[in-house]
Amino acid sequence: MMTNTEVLLQLKNLKKYFEFNKGLFGQNKTVLKAVDDVSLEIKKGETLGLVGESGCGKSTLGRTIIKLYDVTGGKIIYDGEDITGLNDREMLPYRKKLQMIFQDPYASLNSRMTVGDIIGEPLDIHGIASGSERKEIIHDLLNKVGLTSEHANRYPHEFSGGQRQRIGIARALAVKPDFIVCDEPISALDVSIQAQVVNLLEDLQEEMGLTYLFIAHDLSMVRHISDRVGVMYLGRLVELAASDELYDKPLHPYTKALLSAVPIPDPKLAGQKKRIILKGDVPSPINPPSGCRFRTRCRFAEEICREAVPEFKEAEPGRFAACHLVDKIN
Amino acid sequence: MANTKIADISADKFRPLPDTEKKQNEIVRPSITYWQDVWFRLKQNKRATLGLYIIIFLLLLAVFGPLLSPYSYSDQFLDKQGLGPSKEFWFGTDTLGRDIFVRVLYGARISLAVGFLASVINLTIGVLYGGISGYFGGRVDNIMMRIVDMFYSIPLILYVILLMVILGPGLKSIFIALGCIYWVEMARIVRGQVLSLKEQEFVLAARALGADTKRILLRHLIPNCMGPIIITVTMNIPKAIFTEAFLSFIGLGVSAPMASWGMLASEAMPAIRSYPHILFFPAMAISITMLAFNFLGDGLRDALDPRLRK
Ligand SMILES: Nc1ncnc2c1ncn2[C@@H]1O[C@H](COP(=O)(O)OP(=O)(O)O)[C@@H](O)[C@H]1O
Ligand SMILES: [Mg+2]
Repeated sequence: MMTNTEVLLQLKNLKKYFEFNKGLFGQNKTVLKAVDDVSLEIKKGETLGLVGESGCGKSTLGRTIIKLYDVTGGKIIYDGEDITGLNDREMLPYRKKLQMIFQDPYASLNSRMTVGDIIGEPLDIHGIASGSERKEIIHDLLNKVGLTSEHANRYPHEFSGGQRQRIGIARALAVKPDFIVCDEPISALDVSIQAQVVNLLEDLQEEMGLTYLFIAHDLSMVRHISDRVGVMYLGRLVELAASDELYDKPLHPYTKALLSAVPIPDPKLAGQKKRIILKGDVPSPINPPSGCRFRTRCRFAEEICREAVPEFKEAEPGRFAACHLVDKIN
Repeated sequence: MANTKIADISADKFRPLPDTEKKQNEIVRPSITYWQDVWFRLKQNKRATLGLYIIIFLLLLAVFGPLLSPYSYSDQFLDKQGLGPSKEFWFGTDTLGRDIFVRVLYGARISLAVGFLASVINLTIGVLYGGISGYFGGRVDNIMMRIVDMFYSIPLILYVILLMVILGPGLKSIFIALGCIYWVEMARIVRGQVLSLKEQEFVLAARALGADTKRILLRHLIPNCMGPIIITVTMNIPKAIFTEAFLSFIGLGVSAPMASWGMLASEAMPAIRSYPHILFFPAMAISITMLAFNFLGDGLRDALDPRLRK
């Protein structure tokens, strides 16, 4: 799948904090560090999977990358250009290059617009086409995602979840993007439909040379589609590796635990593997544990994990992990 | 079946579906928009339909009624004072010998003008103000809503009295006073809706596509608040009409010989014992209008409520 090694998108210590003002005059500020110090690179044409339990900041990261949220700190570099500080107008040309597919196929389509208008809206915004040309493009897009041109005059509520997700994909494709954040695009769908949508996304990637950031909360789902996989925990990236390597030999204790929870289709192999049960719940991102954020649930945790934040560094060639004990436990 | 081996099934049993069968996967139900659906349910509600017909009838009467009557609202027949309803004067005459029927029709004009004003103010200032406040949120929202609170905390009577001091009594003062406060409730309702809608993924999708604030408000957020907006308007119109009637009744409204329902009722008060019909007709007009708008408002509320959708 990977076509070359040119970097398309680079995140440097990206941070997104949400602030809540409790008091009447803005005193008692509470800060929720939804994304904290994430650095990674996405190469042209690749699919980078992003996994982690729900609430760990995956969606926030995806939305911050395409600048739906203001960036609290760090940099987003797209194709060599720093887009972190761009205002809405300066961002407009990049809106054609970076797109997003959303998780909830019911909430992500405006129920008061026809499918044709939903898909046509990006064409109107960017002045790409109008009149019969617009209609033609809409029909092409519908066909491309496996729907028919008659669907253009219908309203979203007439479609199933899988069809709605296809409409969302067509809308994102309308601007001919290079990079798409897929935020759990299949989590809300029936298992029987999931494969169809994944296949569609893969076909489109091949056809249009797309680069994906593919978010999922389930490791088994991203393995198939991703070239590399990043694992997030409480706003931080804890491990990043090529997907086969990650599955064969996870380095970070959190990845190990996540992988042990993935069901294995072969009962013989399943018997051999012991499940690592994660203790307790995910701590609150408002008040994360000191040092390594995973230490409260980590079975290897030592004194150093409480004291220092582990650096996200190359643990093995091409493999990154944020763990003090990475050499010791592997 | 159980002892059929896989090998026994011939390969030609597996072939692609003919096109005719593929057609079955298409949606055949005719496309029904949300509004067609609402209209359908509204029509099934008898009281709401009745309300709607009464409102249309009133509108027609108010516009064309006075043209059909041989009298004008100020014509006096000094020899025919305080007559009861008859063929000549359908609703009778008042103590000054004026035809009550035509005066009630003129009153309807004023009342409906007031209702129209209230809905225009609601739909423009109210919707936009609330939409902007909710969409921007944070500090902008805070300031805009405190201004709303300010308008809301001053009683209407005070506006009217103050305006009367400046502009003198009359319809103008009432219109401006109503205009000052009749958008407030709508602004609050739209703001609440927009606050919850703006985090939805379809709004994020529009922003990701580069839609500007105007587009997001007018194409995405406000159309999705249409239900509560329509309900609020239909509930606010009778309130405004009643307020005007009440203000005219206590003498703060239009002045003679103009007629508004509230004023007609108030004029009838001194002679209520001898000529009760003079009070009856304007009071009936007010009541029927209130009921009609409230029936329609209730019906719309039911028809627009998504929880009742089948
Ligand atoms: N708009 C927001 N305002 C405040 N907090 C938010 C907002 N969006 C997300 N969060 C918080 O940020 C954290 C990460 O959320 P999210 O990115 O949605 O996680 P995920 O997609 O991994 O499930 C959660 O604790 C969530 O409550
Ligand atoms: Mg999410």
